[in-house]
Amino acid sequence: MIIKYFSWIKEHVGKSEEQVSLPSHITDVIQLINYLNEIDEKYNIIFEKRELIKIAVNKKYSSFYTNISDNDEIAFFPPVTGG
Amino acid sequence: MTNNSPQINIKIQNEDFDVSKEIKILQQHNNTGAIVNFVGVVRGYDEKNDQIINSMTLEHYPGMTESEIEKIIVNCFKRWEITCVTVIHRVGNLKPLDQIVFVGVSSKHRQNAFDGCNFIMDWLKTKAPFWKIEENNSEKNWVSFNDSDNEALKKWEK
Repeated sequence: MIIKYFSWIKEHVGKSEEQVSLPSHITDVIQLINYLNEIDEKYNIIFEKRELIKIAVNKKYSSFYTNISDNDEIAFFPPVTGG
Repeated sequence: MTNNSPQINIKIQNEDFDVSKEIKILQQHNNTGAIVNFVGVVRGYDEKNDQIINSMTLEHYPGMTESEIEKIIVNCFKRWEITCVTVIHRVGNLKPLDQIVFVGVSSKHRQNAFDGCNFIMDWLKTKAPFWKIEENNSEKNWVSFNDSDNEALKKWEK
């Protein structure tokens, strides 16, 4: 799976995207977040205030409970500030 | 153009845009009687943090940006009779007074174009995945989301 990060989240993670092999027991976004938190502390800061995080699965707005699989592209980003 | 289906033109680009050229494109449709456009410009001053802005860099999520803007435009077509919509959003490094965004809407009669343009801009501010970082001599600050942009959406709930 590809995970993409934007804005200040990208700076905290230290990269704009990464490839992660999704363990088979992980089936939704919230489980992915918990998994990332276990791998590395740097993710804790990002996911600490969950109300500040927007999620896209395959480039569509999604929720913490959206189902995911290893072929998906997940993106984490803060609320948008264009225009 | 005599085609009755509304036209959509979405461009995400580094380059500047020429408003008069874009308006001429919106004028090509036979059913057009009104064109309303909005141009967003980089402010040179950050009121919230009381400091001057030297420049601003915009990033976006390629692919999702275009599809989110298209969804907004399609929703606009469901509410109003519109003939053409052009949305241009710049990315990369911009300086104060540079143009950032163009939303142009044409319709047979003016009210639909006014409302459609307002609707597209309000939704773009809250859904299109762009992020701004403001730069001055000493620091860089990611711009935080403005709650008033969510408030602005309430007028479209009816």
